[in-house]
Amino acid sequence: MENAPLHEAVLVIRDLCKSFGTNHVLNHFNLELYKGENLVVLGKSGSGKSVLIKCIIGLMRPEEGSITIFGQDVLGLSQEDLDRLRMKIGFLFQSNALYDSMTVRENLVFPLRRHWLKKDMNKSKTDELVLEALQNVGLEHTIDMMPVELSGGMRKRIALARTLILKPEIILYDEPTTGLDPITRKEIIQLMIDIQKKYQTSSIIISHDLQCVSMAADRVVMLIDGVCYANDTYEELKKNKDPKVKLFFD
Amino acid sequence: MKIPLNLQSFLEETGDIGRFVSRFFKEGFKPRYEFAELIRQAYYIGYKSLPLVGITAFIMGLVLTIQSRPTLVEFGAESWLPAMVSVSLIREIAPMITALIAAGKIGSSIGAELGSMKVTEQIDAMEVSGTNPFKFLVVTRILAATLMLPILSLWSNAIALYGAYLGANIKGVVSWSLYWSQVFEAVSYSDFIPSLIKTFFFGFAIGVIGCYKGYNSKKGTEGVGNSANSAVVVSSLLIFVIDLIAVQITDLLGLT
Repeated sequence: MENAPLHEAVLVIRDLCKSFGTNHVLNHFNLELYKGENLVVLGKSGSGKSVLIKCIIGLMRPEEGSITIFGQDVLGLSQEDLDRLRMKIGFLFQSNALYDSMTVRENLVFPLRRHWLKKDMNKSKTDELVLEALQNVGLEHTIDMMPVELSGGMRKRIALARTLILKPEIILYDEPTTGLDPITRKEIIQLMIDIQKKYQTSSIIISHDLQCVSMAADRVVMLIDGVCYANDTYEELKKNKDPKVKLFFD
Repeated sequence: MKIPLNLQSFLEETGDIGRFVSRFFKEGFKPRYEFAELIRQAYYIGYKSLPLVGITAFIMGLVLTIQSRPTLVEFGAESWLPAMVSVSLIREIAPMITALIAAGKIGSSIGAELGSMKVTEQIDAMEVSGTNPFKFLVVTRILAATLMLPILSLWSNAIALYGAYLGANIKGVVSWSLYWSQVFEAVSYSDFIPSLIKTFFFGFAIGVIGCYKGYNSKKGTEGVGNSANSAVVVSSLLIFVIDLIAVQITDLLGLT
């Protein structure tokens, strides 16, 4: 990638364990995310990739281990502090999770609600942020449309715009290219790269899409059997002779 | 002793609903308050239900009068028709029918809406954006249902009594002023107040069950359908249970 990551870890995961009954999806999993880096977590379906980022954002609670973001221990934070930290983290859901009953504008304004409380944001500032977010994804004309009126690719872009509106320092992408046609998929990946360059964000991209991995990844972590099985660049992993790694690239 | 599986799951769900209600009281009265969303929900639950409740109440008043008339005529008590119908409507029939209609319309809509939000990760998205989804979605809906049911019930009373007036004039002649003076003579505060109070509980039950079923919807579209369906079934059943308890309390207080 053109933008070499700076070697300052913004997110550190140590010995993370999460089970569902007897299924240990994360088994002492370790990971670091460096500033300005696009890190792809690659793994087959059901390997625990989505569980991992849901633990990071605090939607799921692991049984063991620690998650440190910007020096703060996520698992020890109060709800108030967790909400404050979440404002620095964007999350793009696999299903987009746009609010069906709200227009595109209302969807984008929703994450700003906590800022309203601080009285540091007026209507013109909000409009400015909404417009900027929509310009970033090239969909200014959809501002008054309902999510149901948008195509799959447009919904993904709007979801990305909503993720960007708070100018997060870390973005977590949950399978961003799933269910998209090849052209839209490429557009979304390019958009993710452009955003990373423009805002210098650090990203964790959960994916099993090799096109996404090859285009967007600075580094790839392979999540196999609940552990960080391999950790290298895409090119190096492609050359790896380990049968479990090879399986993905063959 | 081994507890049968059905009983066990019933007890577990009752416990879960209890915890859900205690969370409502814990979070509902702490700032920040979601006033705008509460007003929006009150509009959907209350205002948007007026036509349906009105039409049902009108037919109910009309039919009750038409069907009661022959019996009263048989006993030579035709002049008691407005009094009998109004007491029946205000004490029992109008609040119950309103609550059952609301359970069908509002309970199912809340169950399906929250269920689909859960399945499509919209509730998670709210949480991630720093908004407490329980406060924003659940507290507002339960409060709106609790506050709107009494208003819908009052509306239903008024329309049903008007329907009864028309019903009384189909086979007889009762003047507008005579009809209303007989109604107000027959109905006392002890008829009206307990029936109004129980509608708050009906609304609360509809809101709680609709939200509980939707908020805890299992994954998939089938789960959304089940949430909507069971929200109606359970809240309708609860309405009858609450009514039974309310009648017993009214009886104990000597308000019958």
